[in-house]
Amino acid sequence: MAENNKSLPKRILTYVLLIALALVILAPFFIGIWTSFLPTMNIAKGDLFSTNLSFDNYVAAFTKTPILRYLANSFVISTLTMVAQLLFCSMSAYAFVFLKFKGRNILFGLFLVTMMLPFEAQIIPNFQTVKFLGMLDNYSVLIVPFLTSAFGTFMLRQSFKQTPAELKEASDIEGLNHFQFYWNVVLPYNKISMITLGAYSFLGAWNQYLWPMLTTFSNNSRVIQNGLRQLQSEETFNDWRMIQASAAIIVIPTIIVLFIGQHYFKSGLNEGAVK
Amino acid sequence: MLKSPTTEEAIEKKQASSKKRSTFKLNANDKYFSLLFLGPSLLILGLFVFYPMIKTFYISMFLTNTLGKTSVFAGFSNYAELLTSPDFLNSLVVTLAYVLGVTFFTLAISLLLANLASKKLPGIGIFRTLYSVTMGVSVSVAAIFWLFIFNPSTGFFAIIANALKLTPINWLTDPSNAMWAVIITTVWMNLGFTFLILLGAIESVPQTLYEAASVEGASPRFQFFKITLPMISPTLFFVSTITIIDAFKSFGLIDLITKGGPTNATNMLVYRIYKDAFYSGNYAQASTEAIILTVIIAAFTLLQFKFLEKKVNY
Repeated sequence: MAENNKSLPKRILTYVLLIALALVILAPFFIGIWTSFLPTMNIAKGDLFSTNLSFDNYVAAFTKTPILRYLANSFVISTLTMVAQLLFCSMSAYAFVFLKFKGRNILFGLFLVTMMLPFEAQIIPNFQTVKFLGMLDNYSVLIVPFLTSAFGTFMLRQSFKQTPAELKEASDIEGLNHFQFYWNVVLPYNKISMITLGAYSFLGAWNQYLWPMLTTFSNNSRVIQNGLRQLQSEETFNDWRMIQASAAIIVIPTIIVLFIGQHYFKSGLNEGAVK
Repeated sequence: MLKSPTTEEAIEKKQASSKKRSTFKLNANDKYFSLLFLGPSLLILGLFVFYPMIKTFYISMFLTNTLGKTSVFAGFSNYAELLTSPDFLNSLVVTLAYVLGVTFFTLAISLLLANLASKKLPGIGIFRTLYSVTMGVSVSVAAIFWLFIFNPSTGFFAIIANALKLTPINWLTDPSNAMWAVIITTVWMNLGFTFLILLGAIESVPQTLYEAASVEGASPRFQFFKITLPMISPTLFFVSTITIIDAFKSFGLIDLITKGGPTNATNMLVYRIYKDAFYSGNYAQASTEAIILTVIIAAFTLLQFKFLEKKVNY
């Protein structure tokens, strides 16, 4: 509030600072996207200025590399992971909030313990498990281990606990069973938390790096994160413009999604952090 | 928290008051429903979290052959060996330096951004959106953008240095510079998320506190250090633990930017586990390192839980 009666020079100074910081943060995007439009010659010479800009690098990225396939793989895997986590996390959260059964607290404690164990420390036996199950180099290897998450369960449990008691009482009077109450009342009532978990699990799956690198070897199942690495290692002459173009192709849709979903995401994050 | 009683409290009350009168008719089915609702999650967590964790600990107590089969029981000798190996200690030190650097700069810069963006000025929404933009960047994209900037011959920094007739810095071939390169890239990636959370916290500080301080003639700096910082300290603590935990688990950027080099200068814990297990086939050592990583992460997660407990209670 105090800013409103600030002097003009001070406000200008604030704007200068705001703009300067925005430029620094955005610089890697600008540089990357700008280079992706430059002719190869320029980059090789270390010359960043040219009037000869073109989409050639984008055409090359789409036609000469399997980047579309990588994107499709990532999209399918992230979507399936998200749907599965929404379903299984909400189911287990429901059980922890609305069902009474023996050992409930112990089980919930186990879920909490799970959150303390980093997946990175479990890769050796997990690799052996998926190899034994014949899941290597297949979509399933990137989805099945992440069908549920303790964090998601914990987050939804916190949210489900805030469901008003009147809703439960009304459902009991109506004679709804657990399935109906879960599906028709609890899930719609906790829509915001579900959207937050959806965004979180989608981005989590999308950004996986170590596990897909260990378990997928062909373009049929390789996801975009490892695909970019693959392109980079294959480019013997370091064709930066095409790699930059690929990076731009990947980052632009995510940023658009993020801008659209930001409102939800922000309220969800703060709910999770401050509640 | 003076809202109407929530469902769980209501159920508990009901069950406490009417143990015998089975007015709560859903209870009879609870056992089957709970099995149905929890079954899938328990199966997945059991197979992909609990089993591998126990197995990893088990392997860490043995010597293994190159196929990963356990041979001789070794007790804690793997741990003793690792914790006295200069190579592993180097990895620990390097990881700690990275975690400290990433956490400090992520928090300091995000705090600056959040404080600026919390000012009520026309058009501030645009800056809020721009500052959170790195949330949409994945490891591989961040690595590609920054690798080009750091590139010693054709990179952006090199071009600037050449234009200014300075000697370009060897970002990726000099050990301490390589560490900075990785830290800078990680901090840049972290900014969007941390900024958003801190902005939310700063916005929820009651305006009356600032108004009162302004009346008293307190400077903006004073207000920031004596009102904003103390009021958001729980959130600051929360994001620090998240940042620390994530930094300890870093792998993608290391693999893409430095591959642990030069001369092990960025050979951090998870990268080491990966190399030891999947390159050298030294499963016992990799498992021991994995358990050490787990202990570190678990300690910081516990700290975070403590915070959540406190926040929930007040």
